[in-house]
Amino acid sequence: MSKKPALLPKDEAAAEGKVNVQINGKWYRFPKGTRIADACNSVGVHVPCFCYHPKLSVAGSCRMCLVEQGMPPRLAPGATPTYNEDGYQTIQWMPRAIIACANTVAENMGIRTDGKLCTEARRGVLEFLLTNHPLDCPICDQAGECKLQEYTSDYGSGTHRFTESKTKKGKNLSIGPRVNLDQERCVLCRRCVRFMKEIVGEEVLGVVGRGTHNAISCYPGTQLDSNYSMNVVDLCPVGALTSKDFRFKMRVWFLKSTPTIDVNCGTGTNINIWTREQKVYRITPRQNDEVNSCWMPDSHRLNYKYINAPERILTPLVKTDAKAPQRPSTWDATLNLVVEQLHKCAPVEVAIIASARMTNEELYMARALARQLGVTKFDIVPRKGENDGMLISEDRNPNSNGAKLILNKTGAGLATIRRGVKNGSIRSLIVLGEDVTQEAGIPAEDLAELDYLLVMAHSENATTKAADVVLPGVTFAEKYGTMINVAGRIQRLNKAIEPLGEARSEWSIMRELTELLGCDCPRVIACPSPMMILEEMALEFEPMKGLTWGNIGNEGKVILDTGVTIPLIEREKSKK
Amino acid sequence: MSYVPIKRPKFSFLDKIYVVELVKGLIITFKHLALSLMGKSRSKKDFNGKGVGACMPFPEQRWDAHLPEYYRGAPTLVRGEDGRERCVSCQLCEFICPARAITVTPGPVAEGSGLEKQEKAPAEFEIDMLRCIYCGMCQEVCPEQAIFLSKEYLITLTDRKDAIRNKAQLYKLGGTRKGLVNKWNQYK
Repeated sequence: MSKKPALLPKDEAAAEGKVNVQINGKWYRFPKGTRIADACNSVGVHVPCFCYHPKLSVAGSCRMCLVEQGMPPRLAPGATPTYNEDGYQTIQWMPRAIIACANTVAENMGIRTDGKLCTEARRGVLEFLLTNHPLDCPICDQAGECKLQEYTSDYGSGTHRFTESKTKKGKNLSIGPRVNLDQERCVLCRRCVRFMKEIVGEEVLGVVGRGTHNAISCYPGTQLDSNYSMNVVDLCPVGALTSKDFRFKMRVWFLKSTPTIDVNCGTGTNINIWTREQKVYRITPRQNDEVNSCWMPDSHRLNYKYINAPERILTPLVKTDAKAPQRPSTWDATLNLVVEQLHKCAPVEVAIIASARMTNEELYMARALARQLGVTKFDIVPRKGENDGMLISEDRNPNSNGAKLILNKTGAGLATIRRGVKNGSIRSLIVLGEDVTQEAGIPAEDLAELDYLLVMAHSENATTKAADVVLPGVTFAEKYGTMINVAGRIQRLNKAIEPLGEARSEWSIMRELTELLGCDCPRVIACPSPMMILEEMALEFEPMKGLTWGNIGNEGKVILDTGVTIPLIEREKSKK
Repeated sequence: MSYVPIKRPKFSFLDKIYVVELVKGLIITFKHLALSLMGKSRSKKDFNGKGVGACMPFPEQRWDAHLPEYYRGAPTLVRGEDGRERCVSCQLCEFICPARAITVTPGPVAEGSGLEKQEKAPAEFEIDMLRCIYCGMCQEVCPEQAIFLSKEYLITLTDRKDAIRNKAQLYKLGGTRKGLVNKWNQYK
């Protein structure tokens, strides 16, 4: 052996709490206890897995992740290890492959995924998985994002040798209100079983039958009706568990996914919106270990139908006379009319109800509008519910913290506005993105008594029906913006589709209205985009200092210390 | 990658210099020239023409009887011998269509239709004949042998709306086709 380096790589790594691992001929360093599968994937060497999921316990049942592994030779008593020029020991390769998901890395370990042994192992596993697979990809909703399809294309043999007839199992079985099961397509990875047991804590799913008749099933008398049941559809690597809502709606290869956040509660679950040609087809959770891990509740996932519903308001609506019906109008005419009407109102008789469902940028513009009008009766509508102990927060407004930071409002002044509308001291009301007949508790009869009601909303509701002027806004899928979740994390909303019809994003409506009302402050009227408004806010608000659209990133950034935690994330962290 | 290698033919030196094939082609050209000069060309025989060149006096005479087996006309949907509408709305034709002429609206099969195994069938299937370029990609990509290019070449429209053929029209034009793979029955 040539001269030994002063410090061996193993000692250097040990000082950092890491180990040296050779993957396909290259040396890397990983923390002790890293799974081989995670280690390989983190350096771009793809290891195919069906059953392994980083958030679930290890099952090791699919055998898809077989890799070739080697260790330094075991020394004879009294012998000292020898090192090569780079300071590593030689690797003795094992004659059989091991699974990468259930084994962890070790010092001087070697992993090979491109050798003959590994290739043969993968091909063999896939051939066995496909012996009883129905190959009904043309009618399977998973086609296009199916792991079995992808791996067969990447590592399969291209032909099959089995001529025997396939085992028959249950197809198109309803196992819950939102999930369908096809037992023939199943590869028995048991991800769904482990998810229901470990994450949800309801043991509903299990494996029944023996040998080739093994199948996933619900225990007798139970069904998969948890509010987190649709996560098993995302988890299922094949088309065995499919969503009833998305069933036969669209093939996934037509859909474009946009990373954004959910707006149904204060958690701000990270999601992807899947769209095609201005239509939203489905919503899936996006991994963010600090907010929602890999999951989302079904109630939030399915609450997207209003985006493309016929109730959407597509043009500005104007009531020309008190008793006349609302008529569609154009933007220029409507905004000029609104300015004319607002100039007639006395500021003390005007109230503004904004919404904590608006983005920070919209709240900033709402504040500018209120200041321009000189209105002091200005608040948001608080919305409380029950915390489900998982991901749904008791705060059902997605941006309460934003409203608190930007407007300094928490909904305490709402009762005064409600009373004012009732006793007639408030003659004009401006409603921004709320249906005040619901949580705000202002009945439609009281709204009818008002002199002037200006509403900005995306869909028709009891408040817009009573309005003198309706300005069509957009839903969360059609706009850019930021929101601050219950844990004080600022996150981005991205535009998945263009605004429908003539609708416009709220910030631009309010910006133009403020400008037409006579505002000449360049910090308000010179904002061309939500990204620029964010930079304006970064100058004004201390917690937002230094924020730009780019440095928030897809994961968000903690800017406030609220002391609120998300139960599911806390549980996940305590397990580690 | 899972692939099955295809054996390509090996070319000899004579094939590579290409002269032989050129001469073969020219012989065919001169044969037609000679027949045409003698008034015995294909138009005389097949189309009742003057015998000069191969022009057909259209529209008095039609191509229908003279189209080759591989002719690519308007795409249609077909039924199998069992009478089943073969399309399962997998939307691969919509995906592959370079002219974006095809629009499929997928949906479940009608209840009680006896097609529970098939599960899926198009709720609507539209081909815009003004967009179609008759490339035949839809037929090639179809995993269900459901879409075939017919020999219909004469599409005369008086309205743009008429150019969009719906599912009922396409099945009517396609008719029944024999000798297709039998799928989605109770045995499979």
